[in-house]
Amino acid sequence: MRLSTLLNSPIGKKLITGITGLGLTFFVLMHMVGNLSMFSGDDAYNEYAHFLASLGPLLYAVEAGLVLFFLAHAVNGFKIWIGKRKARPQAYAVYKSAGGPSMQSSSSRSMIITGIILLVFLVFHLISFKFGPGGPGNADASYLTTVNGVEMRDLARLVREKFALSWYTFGYTAIMLLLVAHLRHGVWSALQSLGAMRPSLSALIHTIGGLLGLGIGLGFIVMPLAIYFGLI
Amino acid sequence: MAHSMNITLKVWRQAGPDAQGGFETYSVPDANEHMSFLELLDVLNEQLIKEGKEPVEFDHDCREGICGSCGVVIDGVAHGPQQRTACCQLHMRHYKDGDTIVIEPWRAEGFPIIKDLVVDRQAFDRIIAAGGYVSVNTGAAQDANSIPIPKDDADLAMDYATCIGCGACVAACPNASASLFTAAKIAQLSLLPQGAPERTMRVTNMVDQMAKEGFGDCSNHAECEAVCPKGISISAIATMRREYMKAMRG
Repeated sequence: MRLSTLLNSPIGKKLITGITGLGLTFFVLMHMVGNLSMFSGDDAYNEYAHFLASLGPLLYAVEAGLVLFFLAHAVNGFKIWIGKRKARPQAYAVYKSAGGPSMQSSSSRSMIITGIILLVFLVFHLISFKFGPGGPGNADASYLTTVNGVEMRDLARLVREKFALSWYTFGYTAIMLLLVAHLRHGVWSALQSLGAMRPSLSALIHTIGGLLGLGIGLGFIVMPLAIYFGLI
Repeated sequence: MAHSMNITLKVWRQAGPDAQGGFETYSVPDANEHMSFLELLDVLNEQLIKEGKEPVEFDHDCREGICGSCGVVIDGVAHGPQQRTACCQLHMRHYKDGDTIVIEPWRAEGFPIIKDLVVDRQAFDRIIAAGGYVSVNTGAAQDANSIPIPKDDADLAMDYATCIGCGACVAACPNASASLFTAAKIAQLSLLPQGAPERTMRVTNMVDQMAKEGFGDCSNHAECEAVCPKGISISAIATMRREYMKAMRG
């Protein structure tokens, strides 16, 4: 009873969005760092991917957790957005931010839009890579390679093929910029939602959140661009 | 010597709660820089009465920035462009001759329009009635200093207690959330020993009531703090969340 009351309350919705948001931020940070292994060569990248795949049950547990986090985050985001629509049925003819201590920005106001785009991208991204050629349920002998005597999936080949395409590379870059926008408000907002903030730290945390988002986004963008322009 | 200003006002007019509203444009040629914003509306209303038209309804009482009765959205900002100022204390010296100003009521499901710029803010009363008080048994008044309270706590509680319940936080919030109003009272009483006995039921009941009144959820835009005439910090909302979590743990 207590738990369901908490989860459906205005506070609970923000807690879930915040906790899952921070968890997903940690995930994308780790994902980004993993991607950078491509700069150490295709073998290093493939070995890293193979290491993750070889975790077996542990990987499945983490993946199940991620699916749960993504769903909870998205469902609550929708609930908050629907609540907002109901709470102000008639919009202002003129509306602007008062500035000053306001944290309102194009990022904070477009969380639902950037969120939906990122969710659609996620599905597309999983189909392209995780379940792409050589992936689970999509065996393809031409996407196999041998590194240090171990046979493994040649994910690096797939990555190079995808990021040789202009539309794919620049589309990916644009989506990553939306991720930056989402994290710019999201990281700060999550910490505020968890009640973990001293007022004097608000501006600092907002800046750090923005820089973290920017760092993650740029980290994701450099590898595809380096491949596209033939640098690696 | 006051300089005469010609101000054009685009004012939301709505005959009643269920009537179709719309903007009417009026010219006020006799405005001057010493007038408060509400005095500008008074002058407009005198004009309208002379012309045999319905004056514009707006809420006001003390006109000293302390009662919380007034409040309209001026050019898209609750209480207008001057920070930490209720619109009764906004003066026309911040405008210039020839300016056009758009005036709208607070817009929120929880604040239905009664007429023109007047909205029904009884939802706030119901949120306070749900737990925003300290029960005091009858008997002789206690000695003033019989309960020691650390100075820092007393000062912070006072900062939260300055809420005048005007509703600008709801009006400015992109989600029409009443979180700052509700949290200010919860945070104030959470700092004081007098608030301790009813602490758990206060936060759960007030948060429940806030949701029932149809206000939106907080998205941490902090726009509420920016328009609050008393500058109440959104740290109140963080405190409310901590109090709620403590209450849920039982």
